[in-house]
Amino acid sequence: MSAGRPEDAQAVALRPYGEDALLVDVPDAERARALGRRLVAELPGLVVDAVPSAVSVLVRLAPGWPTEHARDVVAGLVAGPAADAAGPAADPAGAVVEIPVAYDGADLAEVAARCGLTPAEVVQRHTAPTYTAAFAGFAPGFVYLEGLDPLLVLPRRDDPRTRVPAGSVAIAADHTAVYPRESPGGWHLLGRTDVAMFDAAADPPARVRPGDRVRFVAENLDVDAAVDAAVDAGAGAGR
Amino acid sequence: MTRGRLRVVDPGPLTLTVDAGRRGMARWGVAPGGPFDRAASDRANALVGNDPAAATLEVLLGPLVLEATRAAVVAVTGPAAVRVGDLPVEVERPFAVPAGARLTVRAVGGARVWLAVAGGVDVPPVLGSRSRDTLAGLGPSPLAAGDVLPVGDAISPDRYAAAGQPSAVAVQHRVGASGSLAVELPVLPPPRPETLAPTAWDDLLRCAWTVAAECDRVAIRLRGEPALAAPEASAASEGLVAGAVQLPPSGLPLVFGPDHPLTGGYPVIGVVTASGLGALAQLRPGDGVRFVPR
Repeated sequence: MSAGRPEDAQAVALRPYGEDALLVDVPDAERARALGRRLVAELPGLVVDAVPSAVSVLVRLAPGWPTEHARDVVAGLVAGPAADAAGPAADPAGAVVEIPVAYDGADLAEVAARCGLTPAEVVQRHTAPTYTAAFAGFAPGFVYLEGLDPLLVLPRRDDPRTRVPAGSVAIAADHTAVYPRESPGGWHLLGRTDVAMFDAAADPPARVRPGDRVRFVAENLDVDAAVDAAVDAGAGAGR
Repeated sequence: MTRGRLRVVDPGPLTLTVDAGRRGMARWGVAPGGPFDRAASDRANALVGNDPAAATLEVLLGPLVLEATRAAVVAVTGPAAVRVGDLPVEVERPFAVPAGARLTVRAVGGARVWLAVAGGVDVPPVLGSRSRDTLAGLGPSPLAAGDVLPVGDAISPDRYAAAGQPSAVAVQHRVGASGSLAVELPVLPPPRPETLAPTAWDDLLRCAWTVAAECDRVAIRLRGEPALAAPEASAASEGLVAGAVQLPPSGLPLVFGPDHPLTGGYPVIGVVTASGLGALAQLRPGDGVRFVPR
């Protein structure tokens, strides 16, 4: 197959993605956020939007631009001196968002068992870090948070749920997140929060924006009792 | 001057307002959305002289029945059958709907058609757009019986002349129902070929696929025998585009539509073009599909 030309791949890892988008490889989410901001700010006529992640920035191009020209312009900005001189531009002064959590999630006991911890230890390790909101994705208001305790790293569930309740606080791989609304999902549910993560009528619409820092605060001090209750409820309701 | 309104007598199975979609909202986790077939929606707007940003109606199957409170100029694009009262009306042409008359629109030989009214559908925008995002639950609610849709003033008279020609794509779709012919979807190579099995691209092109029952604006899921080799490891989540062909562990690919998630974590094995998305919008469960390299 013939996706991309070798010389381009060596200059900048910049990949065509369909007719109107490019993927720019980046080493981490912080650089992805910085590059995404620059692309949107500095190329307003060409770049419709930029979607950062931990590995890349998806650059959506205004339709109608010749592909080669768009690639050259984006590559020029990616490789340009501004990027080298400043390093990743600092995130705009990010808020520290505290999210109260009732740790009674359906997967808390299983996560504890798989990690070789007690549920209370899982909660302690989940509430200890100050997370960084790395990038948004999946659904409005869903933000991937970096900084999870390595002991809590688990792959996604083998059998994703068709319905994860709104406000669920969950972990998967090296991320934690809050489900803003009821949706399907394959993450492990530790608890839930009443904080509204997304409100289209609010400005800004999302409670947490990429670059913010986030702390989870346990609302229930008796985690073991909550786990017992969750297990009882789960036994009645199935998975 | 009082503007007209369209009263919804019967919305059909699902009728949504759509426009050019949301720009610059990725940082809030919001995807662009917009019409499943952008060219068809643009064409409808152009036929009635609307600003390209005006909202149209995307009608799934139909019949959609509307009643105009004042005389209105309307155009319908896509594989549609249209009547004003009892009289059939040509598609891909502007026509007048007299005050009080009923307009009936249904898809024939496809799944979706687009209706533009001169002035645009003027429901309140949400986050800068009148597009309904069915995955996110954002934007104007799907049409319901009894709704009254205000007609706006998003008119650019010079655009009458710019109305595009009816697309051949719009009439060639409906071939899959009998299973005899497969709809061809033009596809571009994936962005990360080096992460895929060496045969992934050829396998995608070689196989004959069937549209599964789970097909909507988020994704068209496909069935095929045999399924493709499942990816060995899930990829890191990154941005998605409409048309991305994703391969989950089941080995059965799905093609993302306009309401795709902002990011996805399974390997992408190809990208359907914009014209291919237009064809995708017309697929029904059971239709045959082949991917052809563009």
